[in-house]
Amino acid sequence: MEITMLYYLIPSLIMFCCGVYGFITRRNMIAILISLELMLNSVDINFAVFNRFLFPGELEGMFFTLFAIGIAAAETALAIAIIINVFRVSEKIDVRDVNKMKF
Amino acid sequence: MESVGSIIVYVVIALALVVCSVLAVTTRKILRAATYLLFSLFATAALYFKLDYEFLGAVQIAVYAGGIVVLFVFSILLTSHPGDNSAKLASKKRLYGLAGGLAMLIVAGYSLISRASFLTATASGDNPVMEEIGMKLMGSGHGEYLLPFEAISVLLLACIIGGVVIARKR
Amino acid sequence: MEPVIPIIILALPLTMFLVLGLFGHKMSHPLAGVLGTAGMGVTMVLAYITAFTYFFSGNPEFIDADAHTRLQSIIFNVDWLAFTDSLVLRLGFLLDPISALLLVVITTISFMVHLYSNGYMRDHHGVWEKGFQRFYAFLSLFSFSMLGLVVATNIFQMYIFWELVGASSYLLIGFYYTKPSAVSASKKAFIVTRFADLGFLLGILVLSAYTGTFNFTDFTSTEVAEGVYRVSEGTAEGIRAMIQNSAAPMFMGASVLTWALVLIFMGGMGKSAMMPLHIWLPDAMEGPTPVSALIHAATMVVAGVYLVARLFPLYLMEEAALNIIVVVGALTALYAAMVACTQIDIKRVLAFSTISQIAFMMVSLGVARPEFHHGLGYMASMFHLFTHAMFKALLFLCAGALIHAIGSNDYTAMHGLRKHMPITHITFLIGCLAIAGIIPFAGFFSKDEILTATMGHSMLWYVWMSLVAGLTAFYMFRLYYLIFWWKEHKVPEGHHAPHDQPWTMTLPLVILAVVSCFAGFVPFGNLVTWNGEEMFDSVSFFTNFKALDWSVASISLAVAVVAILIATAMYKKENPLPAKMKNALPALWRWCHHRFYWDELYMFITHKIIFGCISKPIAWFDRHIVDGTMDGIAYVVQRSSYAIRSLQSGNIQRYVWVYLIGALLLGAVTAICLM
Repeated sequence: MEITMLYYLIPSLIMFCCGVYGFITRRNMIAILISLELMLNSVDINFAVFNRFLFPGELEGMFFTLFAIGIAAAETALAIAIIINVFRVSEKIDVRDVNKMKF
Repeated sequence: MESVGSIIVYVVIALALVVCSVLAVTTRKILRAATYLLFSLFATAALYFKLDYEFLGAVQIAVYAGGIVVLFVFSILLTSHPGDNSAKLASKKRLYGLAGGLAMLIVAGYSLISRASFLTATASGDNPVMEEIGMKLMGSGHGEYLLPFEAISVLLLACIIGGVVIARKR
Repeated sequence: MEPVIPIIILALPLTMFLVLGLFGHKMSHPLAGVLGTAGMGVTMVLAYITAFTYFFSGNPEFIDADAHTRLQSIIFNVDWLAFTDSLVLRLGFLLDPISALLLVVITTISFMVHLYSNGYMRDHHGVWEKGFQRFYAFLSLFSFSMLGLVVATNIFQMYIFWELVGASSYLLIGFYYTKPSAVSASKKAFIVTRFADLGFLLGILVLSAYTGTFNFTDFTSTEVAEGVYRVSEGTAEGIRAMIQNSAAPMFMGASVLTWALVLIFMGGMGKSAMMPLHIWLPDAMEGPTPVSALIHAATMVVAGVYLVARLFPLYLMEEAALNIIVVVGALTALYAAMVACTQIDIKRVLAFSTISQIAFMMVSLGVARPEFHHGLGYMASMFHLFTHAMFKALLFLCAGALIHAIGSNDYTAMHGLRKHMPITHITFLIGCLAIAGIIPFAGFFSKDEILTATMGHSMLWYVWMSLVAGLTAFYMFRLYYLIFWWKEHKVPEGHHAPHDQPWTMTLPLVILAVVSCFAGFVPFGNLVTWNGEEMFDSVSFFTNFKALDWSVASISLAVAVVAILIATAMYKKENPLPAKMKNALPALWRWCHHRFYWDELYMFITHKIIFGCISKPIAWFDRHIVDGTMDGIAYVVQRSSYAIRSLQSGNIQRYVWVYLIGALLLGAVTAICLM
């Protein structure tokens, strides 16, 4: 049995869909952030997989993943800072409570 | 033709990836969700190792598993009491979520398979040498990444300042 | 001539305005007064030096000694705004007979008024008027603007200073800004003159659009050396020919030049209070009396005369424009003289007298022709401008002294003051004799020249103006007798009798009275003529006296004496004659007393016709149609925003839903299309 590209893409896709499901259903903002990380991660996998299977001589996909990881780290740190700040103000981290940015 | 060991390793990694992802978004204990996330990140790192991207796998473990998940854990401990369960989801809402996720799965999966002339490609190439990665990160020619490298360093700096400004006590 | 002194003449009053305006409130009252007066004194001396140099130095840039012709000399002329190559606005200093004359008049009167105000702007206990320093700042601003106006090298500079003069006049009329009547008077003066200036501006634009220049020298003179010009009819004819040869030389049956000149004259009518734009001047008497003397008797109100004189060679080209000037002037003269006979407020009498006298100057300009005695009317007009400035300022300052002593503007509160205020009495009498035209006082000579010039033009206007001259003598002596004779007022117990004012107020009176006695002997014919040519071969103190045409002079003298005798008979002692006169012609008296209902007519036109019939519909249109459209758009936007604002719920998971559905649809469509 040959492990082709499809075998790598399917788990990545499932991981992405899990992220979507979690993002939509969870109330806790940290949980939402976790879902986000899942989605990002699945995209990272895709980059690496495409690079390895389709353009083995190049390193573009790998570097994209590398930078995506860096940016994800930055973004997570900021998001958590915001969440902690929100928690300080309202004692809750339920996403339904953070709806003042409307109208 | 892959060796049986390779196939077994692949199956274990894929299973861990899928199962941990699903559990991470379905468990009602937030700390557990973070733990499952950690495991799925480890599985991702393993996948990178399997694909012969050893540096990438190391970064994945160091930054994601070592950095971000620790951040998650800290913030979870700061914002919730241990033993708290999140409220049980209303079935309607879970249905909507499932529908969305499945629709995503179907659309993406269908387009993946239907356009899949390249899906049968097999892995080839070697593990990139560390020296090559370093040279590419520091070069400014074609296929080299000095500018993004610098940009991301500025981004990280902005992020540090932003984090300090947002989170500090007034 | 070096431009240093002319620059100082303009810069010093401006500096005084800035210093007194910005730092005045930190100065003590006497310091501000002394500073303003000293600044004006220096300006006066410099203006005298300039005028003396111009008239008597014999310098070739000022006079062509062989032809006995005075020249126009541009001392300096700097580009101020260069819009295009041809459209350049310049600020400069033009020295010619009339600007030198006006420099002397303005600085003299202004200095007298500065000096006088030191006494006038404080009450009997020495308490200074509120805003004393501001008053001096405004006086300086006015002096600067007026000086800039008369030395303008081009019509646009004149217009700029013309408006500055109007603005400072507005500020000074409304000096007592807590008094509602003063505020409305200043507004009235500003609006009426602004309306007239609209005509002026249109005239400037028409003229410059056709000729492509703003410079006075391009309109009236030819260049004989660099910066030195000589007035010539040829240039004015060239301008007329240029307009006649242009694409559209006629407009509504009159030539464009006529239109331009009449429109420019309209500006002059506004400033010089000619009928029907005279209504602001009587009300302007709400300002402090020194201001009336300076602005509304001697200087600003003659700006209209000056404007016509400045463009006189152009006016000569259009008989129609000159005739309009004559008719307007003659009507105004008679009207103002009649009204002056019935007023109670002494300042109003003087105001109408001013209107009447300025009308004399206008008529004189209108009848001036080069064919008749080298343009005698022009010379007479400028001569009268000079003498009138002196004696009318004198009369106003006397009136100020009376008002200051009595505390009222009405002669009914005065009567029989000759013993209490001897200096004021004598000087006022000299002023009255001068304006009535009694030999040898100043007004006699200038008025006589005017009547001679009028007779040379038309018998009708000569008789008319002689009648007005008689009326002038009558109403001035009526005023004189009613203030100083008629009957004695009892001084109430515990009050001081009215008395002469401090030296700062009496000294200007005496100086101006002396000037009024002798100003008539100035040989104007050799100094100020329309084209600069000297009229007499040699001059002496008695030149004017010798040059008198006794057939005219004796008649005008007789008219004046008879009018004075009538006034004496009616008003010297308390008697029923005035009441009888009033009852004999009740309608005429009532019309005169109410100034022929001009103000009511204006009120009717503005309020009933303009406000009621034009402004109101426009306001309705604006409020309901224009605003309504805007309100409607805003209402629709607002309602639709309210309707759709729940989309922006702030619920991030809903946004994700929407995004997901969109992305999935896009993916599905792409997948199907690529199948």
